[in-house]
Amino acid sequence: MIPEALAQDALVSALADLATTAKFEFNELTIEIEPSKIVEAMRRLKGQLGFERLSTVTGVDRYPAEPRFEVVYHLQSVAGKKRLRLKARVTGVNPEIDSVTSVYSGADWYERETFDLMGIRFRNHPDLRRIMMPEEWDGHPLRKDYPITGTRY
Amino acid sequence: MLTETGNITGLEPTPEPDFEAPVKGTRTMVLNMGPQHPSTHGVLRLLLELDGETLLKAIPDIGFLHTGIEKEFEVKTYQQCVTLTDRIDYLAPLSNNLTYCLAAEKLLGLEIPEHAQWMRVMLTELTRLNSHLVWLATHAIDIGAMSVFLYCFREREEILRIFEMFSGQRMMTSYFRIGGLALPAPRGWQKRVKDFVDIFPERIDQYENLLTNNNIWIGRTKGVGYISLQDMLDLGVTGPMLRAAGLKIDARKDSPYSSYEKFDFEVPTRTENDVYARYLLRVEEMRQSHRIIRQALEGMPSGSHQADAPGVVVPDREKMKTQMESLIYHFKIVTEGFRVPEGEVYQAVESPRGEVGCYLVSDGTQKPYRVHWRGPSFGNLQCTSKLIEGTLIADVIASLGSMDFVLGDTDR
Repeated sequence: MIPEALAQDALVSALADLATTAKFEFNELTIEIEPSKIVEAMRRLKGQLGFERLSTVTGVDRYPAEPRFEVVYHLQSVAGKKRLRLKARVTGVNPEIDSVTSVYSGADWYERETFDLMGIRFRNHPDLRRIMMPEEWDGHPLRKDYPITGTRY
Repeated sequence: MLTETGNITGLEPTPEPDFEAPVKGTRTMVLNMGPQHPSTHGVLRLLLELDGETLLKAIPDIGFLHTGIEKEFEVKTYQQCVTLTDRIDYLAPLSNNLTYCLAAEKLLGLEIPEHAQWMRVMLTELTRLNSHLVWLATHAIDIGAMSVFLYCFREREEILRIFEMFSGQRMMTSYFRIGGLALPAPRGWQKRVKDFVDIFPERIDQYENLLTNNNIWIGRTKGVGYISLQDMLDLGVTGPMLRAAGLKIDARKDSPYSSYEKFDFEVPTRTENDVYARYLLRVEEMRQSHRIIRQALEGMPSGSHQADAPGVVVPDREKMKTQMESLIYHFKIVTEGFRVPEGEVYQAVESPRGEVGCYLVSDGTQKPYRVHWRGPSFGNLQCTSKLIEGTLIADVIASLGSMDFVLGDTDR
């Protein structure tokens, strides 16, 4: 549910049919998008709402809560001098979300990094390989159930 | 085998190797450049497919310096994490300190005294000079201009001495802490900074004398390394590369932090969008940074170097020994850290390389729940393939140098 106070916001109302909730904290706007509609949301943000840049894509592990993962996108509108955070929640079992590389090609490495370190798969990604860890590595280091010390997972 | 008479026996004449008959059409060669190549400035590996001297395809391979810094953030207390940010980018430690501290202060709702804010601005700009000087030095040496290196490192040494004076460290300063600065400014800092500020413009002229009208330099850099602005925006490039393509983008102006709005400076842009333009742009940025440092030096407000936040800022020694309450705070901060309210923030700062961003998620405990570090070099390196494909192999070095990346920042 989108809170009343934010329903009038131009960005929130433009994405209202794709969003599940929104919040405005610490002077930053966060919109939560239904995971299946993330590409559509990005297309709208880039095409109509003037967000030229995708700053970064990353993941947050909310283990043991369910849905376990948050995929977080930070966007910037250079002309509008605005920043926006999009968020999509995906499940802990077989986490998957559509890749946004078709809209912002710069998401490529960021999604690879999120896949590598967090274990979230991006559908339709052109080249989903590990980027930081060695190819044959087991496990995803940034997950909360991955140990801090030790040499083996 | 040698016989007694000194003749060699037992060696069959080597048969002529069977050369493959030349294949019709072009044959390409795959060349592995790096990770131990001096012009990759760290451990970047590039797989280059060459047709003669022309580059057909380039695949960058990163991750050799991955040290799990983002994971390490999660097991350190907020104040301890400051030291991790230095190590992400060894050329711009203070920009990174600033990014992290601003993010944490946003969550804590701390008000930083003006003196500390100005001091932060001054030192961050010195960091920019430090980084640009190392960039110019190594970029020039890559292309073959040896002497520029020595001139640049002379001034860089002076900046490192200033850092040492402030924090006791030349590179991994960790001088900015959540709530202000680690220490009050040392005695005599004004003179040290003033001496530097006074000589520096003349020194920039010296570098320019060596390069700007140098025919070899122009020949190696002009018209080299073009990539369209749209491609750069799509691929997540930030900083001087975008500004050299004509886009006025600078976090210091777009979303001012740490009282940058009180300083009078320009965001230089150029339109040629080649290696030469990036060089001119960074030189101009040095002049602008110098302007900011001079303003900070001359107008430095007096006041405390730390915010008035007893539970967050470590109390000073004198108070700790005379007041019970300060002693308790000191004990608590050092042993268990302080709690940061639940929430998430993204702080963007203009580092010498572009937008450095810190996405900080707190769950209300003493340690960050998750920190994502958006290193500018990571985004910038994504455009490598687009930037160098189709060019000559000699230009690859010039193009890579003009990107100014730090691999620690890329791999984290």
